[in-house]
Amino acid sequence: MGMGGDPLLAGHIDLAIVLIVLLKVVLVFAFLLVATMLMIWFERKVVGDFQNRVGPNTAGPFGVLQTLADGIKFFFKEDLIPDRAERRVFILAPLLTVVPAFLLFSVVPFGGDFTNGHDGSVEIFGHTTYLQLADPAIGILFALAMSSLAVYGVMLAGWSSGSKYPLLGSVRASAQMVSYEAALGLSVCAVVLVTGTLSTHEMVMSQAGSGWLGFIPRWNLLVVGIIPFVVFLLASQAELNRPPFDLVEAEQELVGSYHTEYSSIRFALFFVAEFMNSVTMAALIVTLFLGGPAGPVLFGPGWLWGIIWFLLKTVVFLFGFVWVRSTLPRVRYDQLMDLGWKVLIPLSLGWLLLLATFWVARDQHWNGFVTIAIAGTIALIFFGLLKAAVKTSRIRRLEGVVD
Amino acid sequence: MGYLGGFLVSLRQIGRKQRVTTEYPKEKAPKPDRTHGRHVLNRYEDGMEKCIGCELCAGVCPARCIFVRGADNPPDAPVSPGERYGFIYEINYLRCIHCDLCVEACPTEAITESKMFEFSFTNRADAIYTKAELTVDDAGMPQKLPWEDWRPGEDLATSAWMRATAPSGSAEFEGIVGWSAELGYGLRAPEADQEHKDAVTAGPSPSDHGHVDHDEAHDHEDHDEDHDHDDDHGHGGL
Repeated sequence: MGMGGDPLLAGHIDLAIVLIVLLKVVLVFAFLLVATMLMIWFERKVVGDFQNRVGPNTAGPFGVLQTLADGIKFFFKEDLIPDRAERRVFILAPLLTVVPAFLLFSVVPFGGDFTNGHDGSVEIFGHTTYLQLADPAIGILFALAMSSLAVYGVMLAGWSSGSKYPLLGSVRASAQMVSYEAALGLSVCAVVLVTGTLSTHEMVMSQAGSGWLGFIPRWNLLVVGIIPFVVFLLASQAELNRPPFDLVEAEQELVGSYHTEYSSIRFALFFVAEFMNSVTMAALIVTLFLGGPAGPVLFGPGWLWGIIWFLLKTVVFLFGFVWVRSTLPRVRYDQLMDLGWKVLIPLSLGWLLLLATFWVARDQHWNGFVTIAIAGTIALIFFGLLKAAVKTSRIRRLEGVVD
Repeated sequence: MGYLGGFLVSLRQIGRKQRVTTEYPKEKAPKPDRTHGRHVLNRYEDGMEKCIGCELCAGVCPARCIFVRGADNPPDAPVSPGERYGFIYEINYLRCIHCDLCVEACPTEAITESKMFEFSFTNRADAIYTKAELTVDDAGMPQKLPWEDWRPGEDLATSAWMRATAPSGSAEFEGIVGWSAELGYGLRAPEADQEHKDAVTAGPSPSDHGHVDHDEAHDHEDHDEDHDHDDDHGHGGL
């Protein structure tokens, strides 16, 4: 594999290949920035529509340039650093959130022809490469690592501000993000289990093809069962600090939390990172569960259809995110923790074990019916035990036996 | 639908033409008849100024934003009918709270308020409107200064509060014209539907409390009623 699965880097690396990689870096960087800009506009416009408002409509056609205007404005705002702030950390923190947000997208395959046994590679200047910035063997682990790193930015921003509310907010943030990271990772585990690879490109490959009965796609959504997908969806919202899990930024309680003391472009960086993460998380969901850029080619070049399918699927999820945001009220902190630890983690863990059992049973040619019966019974027993434990602890807490 | 029913509730709002907001600088929400805006100094139909320089408005002003000095009318070219006229008349709009007390205090209905409140200045001196800017023009219309955002209808129906209330606040004078004619408008009619409004705001139970209480209640509760009424009125006016 060498530096990754990308055929571009398989052989001798010369200047042309370095230039191609650089070109890809610039393209992905620009795409991500534009996508973020459009996402912010899209979210404001759609939420406005949900709430019977107009939304941004002045800058550019349909207000599409509003984000650009806001960005320019932020650059010219006064940059304040509080006296009691930890200066160096305070300056570092926004960068710590924005850099992982950029890096996160590098493992997402965003185009290519995956039909009829094609492997999604394209020819650029006589070299073969994937439409994906990098395809490291650790693939999805890299994405998880980067999304975990973003916690540091939030955490350090809150701590270094030298102020109460940011600190409270960042403590909430780290607790929430660490909790939901576990559920997120466990549902990714299910995908890794069935695809047998960590590489995002190979995950897409495994989901490509004509599918069952010729029209049902072989998406991981169906292969792993719906549960890991739902868990990932919920956990990703919490990981992104989006409503209804936006306790970290609960304006009513925390005055904006970790970014309270920030102003100017540093403040904007947090929001760039947040919306960029929304885009990337939608792209990751598409990659993991919905086949990424894989899809039928109707006419014209196949790689273009890859991009079209990828964008289409991603936008559907982004709309879903906005829909959720404009519908659900914020959950309480204990509800958030309950959902994370008592529902999502046991659910994804249990499902992972069941899934593993079935796959082993299939490999070993065990009796399917007996396997399902035994595994189901054990799962039910554990579910009952968990329920009993939760109930007991709640009763004891109400009695004041334990805090 | 259970838990997911809420998603349909929000989804149904998409694409609806009904909006709870107006695109403010382009279009404005209708203003109630009795909106207090920028003052105007009225004139009689023969072009004479109504202000007699009595300084009652300045005296009653809680914000102390009005400065008036009266002077004797020049005998050969009188500015106002009677002995004296407002020689200097200044209102500082950085202090004015638009309470309309000056309008109530004025014995000659010289000062009234238009419905225009969207005006801004770039320095303090500009915030002081002088008599030259406040007095209505020869057609009886308020002067539309470059930094003011006048919309059609906002210069009509100034002094609506005055016309809604009988002089001295006595209910016996309801609907009776107790004010002088104005340049450009003639004798303004009393605010319409006064009796109807009283019937509605008094509530279903005929109140047995005193006269003063009743008047207060009327003043407070009137605002709700105003909206319905004003919509009709506004369209008619435009």
